[in-house]
Amino acid sequence: VPSQSATSRTARHAAARRQGLFRELSANRSLYLLTIPAIAFFVLFEYVPMAGIVIAFQDFSIIKGPFRSAFNNFKNFSVLFEAPAFQRVVFNTLFLNTLFLAFGMFFSILIAVLLNEVGSRSYKKVAQSVLILPHFLSWTIVAMFAVPMLSSEGLINVTLLRLGLRPVSFYRTPEVWPIVLVVMNVWKGAGFGSIIYLATIAGISGEVFEAALIDGANRWQRMVRITLPMLKSTAVLLLLLNVGTVFYGNFGLIYPMVGNNSFLFKTTDIIDTYVYRALVELGDLGMSAAVGLSQSAIGFALVLGTNALARKLTPESAIF
Amino acid sequence: MQDTRRRRRQYLGAGTLDDVAVVGSSYGILTLLAILCLIPFVLVVASSFTDELSLIRDGYRLIPAKLSAYAYEVIIEAGIVTRAYGVTIFITAVGTALSMAVTCGIAYAISINGLRYRNQLSFFVYFTMLFHGGLVPTYLLIAKYLHMKNTLWVMILPVLVNPWNMFLLRNFFKTVPAELPESAKMDGATDMHILFRIVVPVSLPAMATIGLFYALGFWNEWFRAMLFIDRERLYPLQYLIMRIIRNIQFVDQVATEAGIDTSTFMPDYSARMATAVLTIGPIVLIYPFVQRYFVKGLLVGSIKG
Repeated sequence: VPSQSATSRTARHAAARRQGLFRELSANRSLYLLTIPAIAFFVLFEYVPMAGIVIAFQDFSIIKGPFRSAFNNFKNFSVLFEAPAFQRVVFNTLFLNTLFLAFGMFFSILIAVLLNEVGSRSYKKVAQSVLILPHFLSWTIVAMFAVPMLSSEGLINVTLLRLGLRPVSFYRTPEVWPIVLVVMNVWKGAGFGSIIYLATIAGISGEVFEAALIDGANRWQRMVRITLPMLKSTAVLLLLLNVGTVFYGNFGLIYPMVGNNSFLFKTTDIIDTYVYRALVELGDLGMSAAVGLSQSAIGFALVLGTNALARKLTPESAIF
Repeated sequence: MQDTRRRRRQYLGAGTLDDVAVVGSSYGILTLLAILCLIPFVLVVASSFTDELSLIRDGYRLIPAKLSAYAYEVIIEAGIVTRAYGVTIFITAVGTALSMAVTCGIAYAISINGLRYRNQLSFFVYFTMLFHGGLVPTYLLIAKYLHMKNTLWVMILPVLVNPWNMFLLRNFFKTVPAELPESAKMDGATDMHILFRIVVPVSLPAMATIGLFYALGFWNEWFRAMLFIDRERLYPLQYLIMRIIRNIQFVDQVATEAGIDTSTFMPDYSARMATAVLTIGPIVLIYPFVQRYFVKGLLVGSIKG
């Protein structure tokens, strides 16, 4: 009977594969042993929490735990979407992330292009070191650095007063915070971000510049017509890498700066700070988990989507 | 004729007026950006060395009106910063060592072409970069089921392996010429022997880069401390800083709210600034020597594949 022989063939195949698996594991057992600690780490701290997303669909009780809490279908999601702050935090997250990305990219490219025009090697080295330095500080230190700048007797207000201008009460004025946060983000990250663009510029063939030189192009023309266009694919690639994270707010930047200062929530409250407060203050675990799951799912879909798009439009900037 | 001469001059770098303008403004803008970059540093250091009363009277200034190192004496005496230093040094040293051991293990294994399941293992790691369980399940796991609250391990184990660093290291290991391990294997060396005697020694610069990435991460740790640590003697430096900022803002808010002259409320400005200086001190001092490793690591990481 053909079907019987087919079954036995599949069974034999499976057996052979199993044997192959064991043979492979024993032949390279020391190599596989080396992977065990890392596998244990990823299972415990990454994959187990992934299974924990069931909480997002539960009327979660910390006493009953994820195994015995009752399911409430999509109630956590509807609570979330109907929360009065929901639209505001989603808008703030997207708005601030767009600003961070745009200004970060602008200043990184600016720094890279200018460093490329500078002739003195030692000047270049010093300037680059200074501009990269803030990248190495933690966000809490950055927030601490902001205090003597922004507080009521801070440098900015002292200077404003001396110029006869009205001081700004930063910690009570939400309108200025998109600017404050962008400046801090640029301060910390733009120098480090310029490294990748500098490397791209260094990779441009010298012949291209020489040809332009012979055609009589001056420095400005070479910068605008050669260097900047050459940076385009790097910029697009970095943009694509960031698309998957647009719904993840910059918690590290915003929470140490703003904390629970509700005066500023209008412009600074993002999905991540909102969820953190929901978790810590209200203990609303189901809703917080629903937010986390939505961020992950949207991010995942966006990464796959942008990559498919990139592969179609510019194959060289596809990520995988 | 004149045209050729101009071209030659350009070639030699003398440049036209336009070129001089471009180079000049490059120097100008970069210098301005660098100064803006340094102002907060100067301000914090200057304030930390300013006499408390003059700080209250004149506000924060780039050049102290009256010098004083009293703030440092007070903080060092109080011992809070010293203890936080101990915590931070512990999690940085132990964390980096453990992270490197575990990361090297898997990175080496999957860098070997003869390993049949290397692609499956890579995907197993890669998937954790694409999808996350989120804050809530992780929090419950660590706090409720693993009972790691208020332990130093909570700042080390949940971030032990960074997938990005793992792939960087794998790529480094892949560049080790295959003849080295192969000839050793023919001489009867085991995989472990090859890893520790051949691959690790030739990859030392790469390992230093990844080790520094991890060390910086552990040194700058505050998020897990905020979630899981509420015993003050287990605070790492960065979280201590956060607590200090919270107090300033709180007092600032209360004072403005009540319409009280803020200066009477905050007697310890310079001490706060001195704490910040002590926290970033090691980074700023080590920075010039390690900067190139970070740059190199970033560049290797940016190459696809």
